[in-house]
Amino acid sequence: MKIAIAQCAPALGAMKRNLEMHREWIAKARATGAKLVVFPELSLTGYYLKDLAADVACAADDPILRPIVDASRDIDVSAGFVERSKDAKLHIAQGYWSGGKLRHVHRKVYLPTYGIFDDGRYFGPGDTFATFESAAGVAGMAICEDLWHVSVPYLYAVGGASVILAPAASPGRGVAEGGDLGTAASCRMMDRFYAQYLTVYVVFVNRVGHEDGIGFWGGSEVIAPDGTIAARATEFDEELLVADLDTELVARERARNPLLRDERPDLVFRVLAERMGVRVTE
Amino acid sequence: MIDAERVAIHMAPDDLTPLRIDEVLVRKMLIGFLREETLKTGAKRVVLGVSGGVDSAVVATLAAEALGPTNVLGLFTPYRAATGRARDDAREVARTVGIRLEEVPIATQVDAYFAGMKDVDRIRLGNKMARERKSIEYDRSWPDGLVLGTSNKTELLLGYGTQFGDLASALNPVGDLYKTQLRELAAHVGVPRAIIEKAPSAELWEGQTDEGELGFTYEQADVLLYHLVDRRVRPAELIAAGFDAALVAKIRERVRRSHFKRVMPVIAKVSLRTVGHDFLYPRDWEAD
Repeated sequence: MKIAIAQCAPALGAMKRNLEMHREWIAKARATGAKLVVFPELSLTGYYLKDLAADVACAADDPILRPIVDASRDIDVSAGFVERSKDAKLHIAQGYWSGGKLRHVHRKVYLPTYGIFDDGRYFGPGDTFATFESAAGVAGMAICEDLWHVSVPYLYAVGGASVILAPAASPGRGVAEGGDLGTAASCRMMDRFYAQYLTVYVVFVNRVGHEDGIGFWGGSEVIAPDGTIAARATEFDEELLVADLDTELVARERARNPLLRDERPDLVFRVLAERMGVRVTE
Repeated sequence: MIDAERVAIHMAPDDLTPLRIDEVLVRKMLIGFLREETLKTGAKRVVLGVSGGVDSAVVATLAAEALGPTNVLGLFTPYRAATGRARDDAREVARTVGIRLEEVPIATQVDAYFAGMKDVDRIRLGNKMARERKSIEYDRSWPDGLVLGTSNKTELLLGYGTQFGDLASALNPVGDLYKTQLRELAAHVGVPRAIIEKAPSAELWEGQTDEGELGFTYEQADVLLYHLVDRRVRPAELIAAGFDAALVAKIRERVRRSHFKRVMPVIAKVSLRTVGHDFLYPRDWEAD
């Protein structure tokens, strides 16, 4: 089962141009035989929007997204946009379209507001982690910072997911101390750890290009449930990365390594509830 | 690669290893930065002052790689104190990188401005020269070019530069690299060894060297600033690790006192939405 990652460079605040760019990448992904193409965080709008966020926001069912809806008749598409909720809150959202319909939207829960990030100034947080049926199996979405919170992939895995889609806009930084790019090393460690210890596929989809002097480093990758690298893209350059997912590997790994079967979410729930002063009887 | 082999960072005044960079990676990042951030504004070429020093040599090299040498214009803008060595080095840089270099002397206009004025100290003279140079670079960037800055991170943090003079630019590819790191990158991109190794100087008066004027070396400042700024180590911890208390205090005070040079002009807020305060659009706001 092939999936594609569009490691692209969206134009900041130029949604029409980005829709056209998506159309081209979707066509290329289709030509590879992939069943799904995943775009990075805020792929339809660009990332460092600041006050532009309100200008490019739309409802998840806005007609402006029609080209994505239409394209999803031939191949599943996951892309990022600024969602304006019914009560006019702005969210960093990632949609999943299939068969000409919007099937799922995840709103970024953890909005980094420190260092070079200011998400919390411009956006409201999502409030749930729901799994859904994707072309690659039961999936959960973790947008960029979401993935850095251990509880997020955990909740998806105990919620039945076998694949975590992780669209990101990760800026490359940390070049000192002689080694690899600091952010790249951290991301790769996370991807591999979650994949291997939750026995899921981790699909990390990072963008490239520059916004206001900040360069996004790419390096998208698919890590298999056994911790191996199914595919990895170059750093800093555009690339359509195609990965072959072995749908049986999840079952094989879970037979060999039943950590997830033995996991006790009920116990986690009870301990947390007690900490919060809530009595759980049943 | 799993980053399992990282060792704790050693902190000592004479240990420069934390400053080490992966030159191949940094070069790639900076070339991408220069290409994208230039072209997306609609500009096609760049202009920069080439002084014969290492900083402008690195920027000229990276710019030529990013945009092609024919899209880079170097300006050598000597005042009277300029040495023959500086001119030779500027020409050598232009020749090895393959860019056009023009010499525009600034003595006539600077001297005309100060003619008849008394008590013009060398700081005023130096600032005037730096702003004169920058005004020429901006003029020569019209109508389709951008001015590149060459101030490194050490200079920016120490405030060792003239506001709206050498500190001014549209794009600065080296402003997040300490002088020590820039030297490392210079060797990697092929800047002649003699230029990398000569004593850094703003050449504002005869015999001037940066380190003589600052009162400490770039290596001393860089390693201290790296821990203080990048790693957020507190001064007391630095002193406990063996850094000279007086030097820590001196550098910290320089950083504090010069912060005005690192921010945009301060605008008095009176309306509901104010440029710089809460009218916050990205510089790279693109047309749809």
